[in-house]
Amino acid sequence: MSSVPITPDSEIQGLGAPSNLPRRKVVGAIGKGAFIAATVFAALILVTLLARILFQGIGALDMDLLTNRFTSNNAINNGTAGFRTGIISSLWLVLITAAFAIPVGVGAAIYLEEYAPDNWFTKVVQVNVSNLSGVPSVVYGLLGLGVFVSFFGFNFLGRSVLAGGLTLGLLVLPIIIIAAQEALRAVPSSLREAAYALGATPWQVTWHHVLPAAMSGILTGTILSVARAIGETAPVLVAGAATAITLAPSDPLDGYSPLPLQVFDALVRPQASAKEFAAAGIIIMMALLLTLNLIAIVLRERANRKVRW
Amino acid sequence: MEDTLKSTATVESAGVVVAERVRPLAVDGRRSRAMSERIIGMVLMICGGLSILTTAGIVAVLIFETVEFFRMVSVWEYLTSTTWDPARNASAGEWGVLPLISATLAYALVGLLLSVPVGLAIAIYLSEYAPPAIRSVVKPVLELLAGVPTIVYGFFALTFLTPQILQRFDSTIGIFNVLAGGLAIGVLTIPLVASLSEDAMRAVPRSLREGAFALGATRFETSMRVILPAAFSGVVASIILALGRAVGETMIVVIAGGAQTGGVPTNLFASAQSMTSYIVNVLGGEASRGGDARYYSLFAIGLTLLIITLGLNLISRALIRRFREVYE
Repeated sequence: MSSVPITPDSEIQGLGAPSNLPRRKVVGAIGKGAFIAATVFAALILVTLLARILFQGIGALDMDLLTNRFTSNNAINNGTAGFRTGIISSLWLVLITAAFAIPVGVGAAIYLEEYAPDNWFTKVVQVNVSNLSGVPSVVYGLLGLGVFVSFFGFNFLGRSVLAGGLTLGLLVLPIIIIAAQEALRAVPSSLREAAYALGATPWQVTWHHVLPAAMSGILTGTILSVARAIGETAPVLVAGAATAITLAPSDPLDGYSPLPLQVFDALVRPQASAKEFAAAGIIIMMALLLTLNLIAIVLRERANRKVRW
Repeated sequence: MEDTLKSTATVESAGVVVAERVRPLAVDGRRSRAMSERIIGMVLMICGGLSILTTAGIVAVLIFETVEFFRMVSVWEYLTSTTWDPARNASAGEWGVLPLISATLAYALVGLLLSVPVGLAIAIYLSEYAPPAIRSVVKPVLELLAGVPTIVYGFFALTFLTPQILQRFDSTIGIFNVLAGGLAIGVLTIPLVASLSEDAMRAVPRSLREGAFALGATRFETSMRVILPAAFSGVVASIILALGRAVGETMIVVIAGGAQTGGVPTNLFASAQSMTSYIVNVLGGEASRGGDARYYSLFAIGLTLLIITLGLNLISRALIRRFREVYE
């Protein structure tokens, strides 16, 4: 016979003891409840935020707000205030930012993904890009102030919309590079290999095959990054945007006063009517952002329809 | 029939025809192609190099003007004095950066006290509990929250958080205070913590979860004792990134936190000026352009800020790299 005696289950110590499973299940349920509560909390904050702004700004919102160009307290009080200068300044900023940052950013991404040899220069560029994306926006403002507004003390672009646009362009550049790189990386390498096998040069492969295939991702990423130019306040404020300009810029070297800065200017005034005006400005700003985001989504869908692997 | 004719013709005259008629053409085409290829490669490389130029520009501008500042104010005073009282004339002011740094950290820590627990809870929920349908709703909401301009959060803190929530609990709280600014920063950084931590948790191999379940652990126990520790370095990296974001946040602090300067801040219910809000307040307040000590001090503050955020970024990246090594 075996030297180990067979013991019935009921006699094993512990098995008959009360199980801790019910308690653990209660703890688990409480934990799950807390996780769900946190998620609901975040969604509630978003709803409250949007509701507050709509609630406060909807009263002041009308078409005149888009066409009037004064933002002084007097103008607010007698109903002749508006964000015309701010809207036009912000659109200028977006245009200049896009014109500068999209070609350079996509170019840099193509270089890093398709061209760059695996050497120290490439590594430095790559590390540098991800470091730049963590630099606070206000520091970019100081860069704009010290390089574009005046170049190390010499007169350069002045406090112009061009200086502001280039500042924002540098700000969104790393974000565009990273987004475009991700889009390029998603293109299967078999596509490149097939094109190379047919004798295409690197640029032919990139231009005729990789770029069209990556276009939807690149467009989405770049438009979302450039849209940030509408909402950024600190860097343009530091890089010389004015709050007290009533004339919208008509060429790149004109002064400017972008929408978020006009909102900020009204927001820090004590009276309630100015806060309403600011809330209405935020609604316009969010509407502009939403429009750009929608354009990004539509472009992505259209490009997606064309590409089939 | 034609095929065979052609091929025999090629074979017979291969050397002559290819050498004299076809190749010169091809070489011409190749030469111009090779030329344009090289130019395109150069242009693309310059695009990549521009990012290095940006860094160089930032560092050069900040150092260039900071050197001017330290000609007027001693480095020792800047680093050790506990009073920040700027003036146009360097000798009339007090230039200790500690109050600004501690105010910056106060805002950031209040923010992280909100965003770390909430963000981690959302991450765990999304990665371990949520059915795909809910995930596909919550993710875009988080992205939306992340895309809201920070001035809107400032508006939220100034017109809602302080008057409607905080002052209801304690009416002595000032209209500008550290708490409201910090909480708004917390809301701002929730999506960052949630989405990066969720990435880290989803990268934990399925076998770890299955092992835990097989041992009888509940889902909650698996999340807290297996997934969270396994994703630890990624989670910490996301928190440090959020800290960097909080330290660099500007408009929320300017709008909700006010501009109280002087000594090291001691009261969360009172106004305090951070590094970023000092920069904006000097440039936004009056036309202080060039020349005086206050102008140069902006760049010294900017350089300090850059060093702090860069340090945080480097730590975070090192952690992410470690976490990648574990599971690939």
